[in-house]
Formats: sequence, structure tokens, C-alpha cells
Amino acid sequence: MKYLIALWVVLVIALHQDFWNWTNKALVFGFLPIGLAYHACYSLVASLTMWMLVSYLWPSELEDGEGSHEGKSGGTLSVKPVPVTSAPGEGNRL
Amino acid sequence: MIPATIVFIYLAIVLYIGIFAFRRGSKTGEDFFLASRSLGPAVFLLSLFGTNMTAVAILGSSGFAYQRGIGVYGLMASSSGVIIPLTLFFIGTRLWALGKKHGHITQVQYLRDRWEMQGIGTFIFALTAVMLIPYIIIGVMGGGTTLETISGGQVPYAVGGGIVAVVVASYVFFGGMRGTAWVNAFQTILFLCFGAIAFTLIARSLGGLDVTMQQLASSPKTAPLLSRERIPTPEFFSYMFIPLSSIMFPHIAIMCLTAEKIGHFKKTIIFYPICIMLIWLPSVYLGVVAASQYPNLTPGQANDVIIRLLTDKTSVVVAGILGAGIMACVMASDSQILALSTMFTEDLFAYYGGRKKFGPGAEVWAGRAFIVLIGVVSYLIALELKDKANIFDLAVRFAFSGFAALSPIMLAALFWKRSTKWGALAAAGWVLFSVLGNWYLTAISDSIAPKPPAAAKPAVVGEPANPAAPPAVGRPPKPAPPVQIYPALGNMFLRGPTNVTVYGFLPVMPMVLISGLLMWLVSLATPPPSQATIDKYFPPRNKR
Repeated sequence: MKYLIALWVVLVIALHQDFWNWTNKALVFGFLPIGLAYHACYSLVASLTMWMLVSYLWPSELEDGEGSHEGKSGGTLSVKPVPVTSAPGEGNRL
Repeated sequence: MIPATIVFIYLAIVLYIGIFAFRRGSKTGEDFFLASRSLGPAVFLLSLFGTNMTAVAILGSSGFAYQRGIGVYGLMASSSGVIIPLTLFFIGTRLWALGKKHGHITQVQYLRDRWEMQGIGTFIFALTAVMLIPYIIIGVMGGGTTLETISGGQVPYAVGGGIVAVVVASYVFFGGMRGTAWVNAFQTILFLCFGAIAFTLIARSLGGLDVTMQQLASSPKTAPLLSRERIPTPEFFSYMFIPLSSIMFPHIAIMCLTAEKIGHFKKTIIFYPICIMLIWLPSVYLGVVAASQYPNLTPGQANDVIIRLLTDKTSVVVAGILGAGIMACVMASDSQILALSTMFTEDLFAYYGGRKKFGPGAEVWAGRAFIVLIGVVSYLIALELKDKANIFDLAVRFAFSGFAALSPIMLAALFWKRSTKWGALAAAGWVLFSVLGNWYLTAISDSIAPKPPAAAKPAVVGEPANPAAPPAVGRPPKPAPPVQIYPALGNMFLRGPTNVTVYGFLPVMPMVLISGLLMWLVSLATPPPSQATIDKYFPPRNKR
């Protein structure tokens, strides 16, 4: 499934380059230029693609991190400095 | 004056939202800068989307479509509709998780810690801050110009810009991230709802969109607007790289940290392409429609076509409400002001000893002091350079390319253990060099730039068009071919009417690709961070 969705995402990105519509001035329903109709549909397909991504490839391992920072600092960022290089002059200058 | 009055009512509402948010907030730094990482799914979607929507979305897109046709939607909207959600999926969620776990509040805090660096982090901070500042200034200028236009000149530019600067700085000052997010959510609802109403009213007043489209199609001068003929293939392709900038803009990255749960990203990622479509499709369409109503506008005048249509085709009340919607877009500088203030406070003030010296509580007041300072300075610059808005337009365009070219740094930090701070320095240095190089090439080639198709008779602002007038006839204006900037280098650097290209592609494409290449090569040639840091950000699987 992972590879199928990845392939689908690549295909969707490639489909953005609809060179076959470049000079086509046909009007869909009499008022919508076909190039614009194509890209409006493309937006809907992009939304569907995102639904597939969040449904099947959601990075659930990241949810493990929820709540860990507040527990240490009481919800106040200012008392939780970034640890490794938290102040200039300590360790590597760059 | 009615439209201006409605806009003032709107400004009062957003000011109240900011003050209301102030009452709801606590006094901690995390609350002020990140709304305590507590935004719910609806506010997160609407505010993140609203933060990304600037004056470019409504005014710029319709003006651009007026000149170059329906292809503008594919060029800027549908490409963003697929790339931005992908960056939120792959980068935004990880930034959120790391921020939550380690307490990061800015991109630079994360990068400093990820690569054990100090000065390079400060360099990346300075680069992003410098690329963000023109955005804020152009927001104030846009506010002044819009108020002046909507009020028919009764509110002068200087007063309008001042009012916008004071209102934005006030609700950001009081409400912090919570106020900014709420205002952005309100603004998004406003222009989604009233944009649809305006589109319907304008379509009805034109006597049917099919008639207008047939009129455009029957004229050789305007027929190319119904296709992508006026957009070269390499330019269309290279525009796909521009949306990579979104996640690298500090205000977007910081906004990603405000979600209460990672699950809130899901709806945002799914609905983002649809939100973009709802805003951009009518804007681009109306820009093309305007070509039948107001022929022969110059590129500068074309940016006003939506306001012209509103004024001429709807009632004053609707025009006023829509004017407020446009102000909402123009005022997107709120989150940028807050982001800049957050960066100053966290990446400079707190990092270089302010936190230790003055205590944690001083951070919020340092942030607020920066907000006032940024508001005043941007207003003064906007006043001083009133007639030179194109300078900032240019700077913003370059900034988009610059932020896009920074994206390989973030991708390497998140996904490549072996990446190093030296790789990040090389990539960031390249971004600085290429942005300046792009600016230089654009400046020196201004005199040889081919002119856009000449405007036969510029229309007068506010002059009603005659829909019954026969369409203009004659051959379509032939776009002038781009000019070689250095003939000895062949087509390497070409100058078109508005921008420089590299073998016909926008500079953003080589900028991103070379940035990624430098990140990769220099990282391989330099020592990685300590194992402890790598384990911190890439925990061994058996320890998870």
C-alpha cells in the first residue's frame, strides 16, 4: 500500500503538467475554460490524495511525543531552554 | 464612504478579537507565542490557511490572470494545493512533534539543537528575518493603498497605512498567537463566505458568464486568456518549486506548533487544496472576466480589477464587505510580525542571555516590545517608500524563492541523520548568494527587458465599462521574446518582461536543486553531530 500511494502521489504531481490543454480554449458547460476546469478537478484529486495519505500513511509514531514537553516544564516554554547548545560560548562556536 | 465605514467596523472587530484573546490567555511565553499549543482542528485549519493567504491571493492572482489568462490558477493555486499539504504532512507534523517533545518554538531553535550549532543558527535566523521583513512592510503599504482606494481618496495613504499598522500591532501585542490565530480564522471565514457572494453577484450583473466568455473567445486579443498560451512551459513547470517556501516561512512553521494534537493536521492537510480552490478559482476567473470589461489596463492597474468589478457591479454595502475581505488578505502581515517578534525573542534575546538575566517573564514583554518596534519601523519605511512599492514586490518575490531554497535544509535535518551544520551553512550561504544574484541580474537587465504588450489607452480608475461595447478586434499582441543578459553565456540568463530566468526556468528551480546538492555534498565531507544528538532526534528503534 505504501508504495502504491507513493506512486499515486508522483503521478498526481506529474499530472499537474497538462501540456495537452496548453492551447485548448474549449469551454466546459459554456462558461468554464477547459484548462481551468482541469485544474479545479486537479485540486479535488489533490484533496483525495491527501485523504489517502493521512488515512493509510499517517505517521502515528509521532503521536508518542504528545504531552512530553509540558510534563517537564509545566507548560512554560521559557523555563525549558533548548538543551544541547543552549547558550553561546559553550562548546563549538559555530 | 460607506465601504470605508464597513472596513473600519471590520478593523474594530479584529481589534476586539485580539483584546478578547488577551483576556483568555495566561502570562507564559508559550501561551503568548504559541497559544499554549492548544488550537483546535477548525481554528488550526482556518488560521493556517488564512496565514498563507495574502494580498497575492485575491489582488495579485486576479491582476496576473487579467494579463496572462486562466493558466495562473495552475501556475500558483493547484501547484500550492498539492505541494503545501505534502510539506505539512512530511515536515509540519514532524516539527510539531519535535517542538512538543523538546520545547522548540522556532525553526532556528530546532536546527541549533539538531546540529549542535550556534553562529550558523544565528546566520540562518538573520537570513530568514531579512527575507521576512519586506513582507511586513508591503502589508502596511497594501493596507494604506486599499483604504485609500475604497474610501475614494478620503482616507489618505499615510493615515490608512497608520491605521492598519496600529490595528495589526495592537491585536498581535495583546492577543499574541491566540489573538492572531482567531483573527486569521475570522478573516478566512469572511473571505470564503463573501467571496462566493461577490462572485455570484458579479456574474449576475454581467448578464451571464457564458456570454462574457463567448465575448472573450471571439476576440483574437483576449482569446489567449482562455488557455495557457501566455505562459511558457518551463515557467509553468518551475512554479511547482515555489510552494516549497510555505513551510519555511517562519510564521507558517511556528503556526504548525500551535496545534493541540497532531491529529489536527489531518483535516488541514485534506481540506487545504479545496480551500485554495475556493479562494483562487473565483479570483482567477474574475481576473479573466475583467479583460472583457476593462481592456488595455497596464500591469499596475490590473491589480485593481477585483476592486473595480466590486465597485461597478455590486452595491456599496457588498463592496464594503468585500473590501473588508480584501483588507483581511492585505493584513496577513499579523502572523509575520508575531513570527519575527518570536524569533527575535527566542533566537536572540533569550538565546544570548536575556532569559538568564531578566528571567522567563521578560520574554513576553521583550516580544511585545519587538512588535511595537516592528510596527513603527515598517510604517515609517512604508511612508518613506510609498511610490516604490515595486521594490518590496520584488523583494517578496525573491523571498519566496529564497525560502523555497531553504527547504532542503529542513528536509535534511528531519530525515537524514548524517546531515551536518556545515551542509546547512553551505546551503544557507548559497541561498543568500543566489537571492542577491537574482536581484542583481534583475536590476542590471531592467533597461534591456522586453516590454509587455503596450496598453493602447489605459482606463481611468473607477470608470464604468460598457458591456455592450464590441470586443476589441485585431491580431493578439505578440509577446516579446526574452533577451540574453550575457550574450556570451547564451540562454543561461534570460530577461523577460518581469523576471530573469535560467535557461527559461524560474531561478527558484536551480536555487532549490543546488541548495539540496550542497547540503548533501558538504554534509558527506564534514563530521556529523555527536551520537547523543543523533540518538536524540533519531531514537534507535529498540529504545522507542
